Amino acid sequence: MEKKNLICIGCPMGCPITVTLEAGEVREVTGFTCKRGETYARKEVTNPTRIVTTTVRVEGGVSPMVSVKTAQDIPKGKIFDCAAALRDVRVQAPVAIGDVVLSDAAGTGVDVVATKAVAAR
Amino acid sequence: MNTYDIVIIGGGPAGLAAAVSARDAGVERILILERDNELGGILNQCIHNGFGLHTFQEELTGPEYAARFIDQVKERQIPYLLNTMVLDVSSDRVITAMNKTDGLFQLSARAIILAMGCRERPRGALNIPGTRPAGIYSAGTAQRLVNMEGLLPGRKVVILGSGDIGLIMARRMTLEGAQVQVVAELMPYSGGLKRNIVQCLDDYGIPLKLSHTVVDIRGRERVEGITLAAVDEHLKPIPGTEEDYECDTLLLSCGLIPENELSRSAGVALSPVTSGAVVDESLETSVPGVFACGNVLHVHDLVDFVSQEAAAAGRAAAKYVRGELETGEAAISLKAQGGVRYTVPARVHPHRMEAEQVVRFRVGAVYRNAYVSVYFDEERVSRRKRQIMAPGEMEQVVLKREDLLSRPDLKTITVTIEEA
Amino acid sequence: MYDVVIIGAGVSGAAVAREVSRYTKSVLVLERFEDMCCGTSKANSAIVHAGYDAPAGSLMARLNVRGSRMMEALSKELDFPYRRNGSMVLCMAEEDRPHLQKLLERGVANGVEGLRIIERQEILRREPNVSPDVVAALDVPTGAIVCPFGLNIAMAENAAVNGVTFQFDTTVTGFTAGAEGWTVHTDKGDVEARCVVNAAGVYADRLHNMVSASKIHITPRRGDYYLLDKAAGEMVHSTLFQLPGKFGKGVLVSPTVHGNTIVGPTAIDIEEKDNTATTREGLDQVARKAAVSVPSIPLRQAITSFAGLRAHEDGGEFIIGEVSDAPGFFDCAGIESPGLSSSPAIGEMVAGLIREKLGLSPRSDFVPTRKGIVNPQTLSFEERQALVKENPAYGRVICRCETVTEGEIVDAITRPLGARSLDGVKRRTRAGMGRCQGGFCGPRVMELIARETGVDLSEITKCGGKSRMVVGKTKEGTEA
Repeated sequence: MEKKNLICIGCPMGCPITVTLEAGEVREVTGFTCKRGETYARKEVTNPTRIVTTTVRVEGGVSPMVSVKTAQDIPKGKIFDCAAALRDVRVQAPVAIGDVVLSDAAGTGVDVVATKAVAAR
Repeated sequence: MNTYDIVIIGGGPAGLAAAVSARDAGVERILILERDNELGGILNQCIHNGFGLHTFQEELTGPEYAARFIDQVKERQIPYLLNTMVLDVSSDRVITAMNKTDGLFQLSARAIILAMGCRERPRGALNIPGTRPAGIYSAGTAQRLVNMEGLLPGRKVVILGSGDIGLIMARRMTLEGAQVQVVAELMPYSGGLKRNIVQCLDDYGIPLKLSHTVVDIRGRERVEGITLAAVDEHLKPIPGTEEDYECDTLLLSCGLIPENELSRSAGVALSPVTSGAVVDESLETSVPGVFACGNVLHVHDLVDFVSQEAAAAGRAAAKYVRGELETGEAAISLKAQGGVRYTVPARVHPHRMEAEQVVRFRVGAVYRNAYVSVYFDEERVSRRKRQIMAPGEMEQVVLKREDLLSRPDLKTITVTIEEA
Repeated sequence: MYDVVIIGAGVSGAAVAREVSRYTKSVLVLERFEDMCCGTSKANSAIVHAGYDAPAGSLMARLNVRGSRMMEALSKELDFPYRRNGSMVLCMAEEDRPHLQKLLERGVANGVEGLRIIERQEILRREPNVSPDVVAALDVPTGAIVCPFGLNIAMAENAAVNGVTFQFDTTVTGFTAGAEGWTVHTDKGDVEARCVVNAAGVYADRLHNMVSASKIHITPRRGDYYLLDKAAGEMVHSTLFQLPGKFGKGVLVSPTVHGNTIVGPTAIDIEEKDNTATTREGLDQVARKAAVSVPSIPLRQAITSFAGLRAHEDGGEFIIGEVSDAPGFFDCAGIESPGLSSSPAIGEMVAGLIREKLGLSPRSDFVPTRKGIVNPQTLSFEERQALVKENPAYGRVICRCETVTEGEIVDAITRPLGARSLDGVKRRTRAGMGRCQGGFCGPRVMELIARETGVDLSEITKCGGKSRMVVGKTKEGTEA
């Protein structure tokens, strides 16, 4: 039996959660106050994922950068690959919220989308 | 001089939500004055996610959250002026402001909502000795440079202060290729949200050193290194614990201060604890017709709560404009006691209250398995157990209007922490 | 060949440059930093001392009293902030009274006007925040405060307008005497001069010792200071000094011309000539001593702390004049306090010596006046409205804390000897000098410097040299 203590990142409450594992299988989850917490805990001990937020350069826009995020969470181990894949991406203004700036980022199957509108200059 | 029903100073999350709710309450002549070149305030540089769970039941980034409110303002055709700096607010609600197109001008407002936000505590206020080279930034300034200008402040970073912006910037700088060596925190607990410690530090193996501070800064032109030391229970550095770090950048995330210079010029009474206005249930300050909400009132952890508070301020200002806020009753004062540092509001007029009044507060230390109790004069009326409370996370209790109305002699409501 | 090469663009060098430009345009100022006012001149108490301190009959006493008398007229001629707020030397113990009396006598001997000893009641009436333990004080009505950057920069700009050339980022490495004067060797090449003026601050001893057999020695004497938020209010109206005595050498508490309160300095002799790092001990000492004069001093409202170096020569006297074994080489050395106060008189004196040496006569085309950067906050509502209408850049506020507009910053960058760095803009306009210390306006000021000078944003520095504000653009670094 192995116990893992986690802090839930599902929302700012930050509930302290304890997961009991046996042979890699989740036996028990305690300490969460909502369903999200339990889901997070189960995932965090088996396949941790994160939403990645960063920026991408814009050409011809009123601002040199546009903020972006992965449309869904991606495996934690892919965060740096995703950031690296975005280094050379250039998008042309105008940009709208939700525009895909990179599809299937770093082989995760997840798109990276703009989170801010940038008007053309 | 142009006259408006409500002038809102600040077009960030607080100002936008206040404008929307005031319009929805039927107020016609509203104007938002924003000093930056776009609406949205600090959210525009907060590109991380985690905003809006309470308001929209989904996890948004800062710019997305702002866009939702900006859209609401535009749908309602509420006018706003960008790049406009308010220079003065008088107690009779005359606003002096300036921008490039309209020049220097004055406006008269029947009600004013203060929503100017806050600023970061700079190095000077932290009293760190050493040299004064380039490469020392407040975390928010670095955030603006990285996220909005696309500039990298440095490559080898130490962060002092574990406020949320500092934690967020630890991750942000790491993703942009910088090496964040350590986050030091003077207090024995973090000033930021727990979730940010997990996803911004733990995820990237960045150590958090509690009860540590920067005792020296080296480098004449650009930062070349800093020295950290452990502090004792009086927060004084302990000799012999010094550790040198080589770095080109020191980011500071050591607290936010409400920006109340205009409030002061209007004669608004300020709380020495929050550095924000002292307000009642309607978010009205000591100056009639002047309301405050958001981080200019007290520093929040969550923008969702800012929006809620600002919407309440918008509704109250609308009532004021219609002459409905004049109840003439004496206020019941709220007392923060036993580890509760302050409450917002600091006083309530029961007849002016909405059915439920959220009272927000912060505690002064970390409490485990303690109780938040509310007393009506000498009588305890509620007692709620909390697993953990920390200064970095805002707490709340809810007062019901009917409970207060049923006690006409009530003088003082006390919010206090009681340990088990 | 220049008539005069001046080494150092601090307050002494700038004063000499301006005064000597009354007689010749053939003047070159060499400065090792990227701007004027970067050494001792930028980090001091910002006080115009009345002149009671220096020993009677000393050069220091004579130039201080003369400089103090010149300062007000100069502030009008060259348009920099100056205010005669008066000062007091506080005596905190009965047994120190004889020292106060001595100070009064010395001041009278030095020719300082209006000095008198005042008693506790009058002090507390005029300065309610002074400690009730005060016993008596020397009242100095001619004491004043000045913006040290304003003074230094105004004199340099006026010199430039009158034809003086300034070369920054240039370090002098040596001298060779010639038949007609001197060859000055620098890291940017050699220049020839009939006369050389050594106004190199804490480095003046090194330069002097390169040309003279009679050596001098300057110790950098560090002074730590606190500067308080304007919101702390005017804690004191006069500049309050402490009488050296029972409690040792004290610190001053003074308003600044911009409405802040300044507290300091310490006096710590150090080795390195560039080390302006503050120390915990130094700052604590300032706090402790300031509380003796003003117990309620709100140091929690400090917006910055800093340290400056005074160029203390072993003899404790200004060394000004032609070096006896180096004809044509003029020293302006050991210029510690009251150097700022004395600077107009130092400039006048050195220019006079050079004029005599080179047989120069006054130029008819000398422009004695200079207009500073407009401070819109000093204008009436209507005047300010007209200013913004004429130039909308004065309608865009860049620095929120000090309400500094784009118009002022652009003026600071584009005027003669314009600012090239954030600190340069700060010293000229106060942008970044307020309570957030450039947190908000820093990135905007960088943009304006980049726009006006055509330099890439990533190249902008805090104070020249290697002090770049950022290390590059994101997504373009070598590692990731």
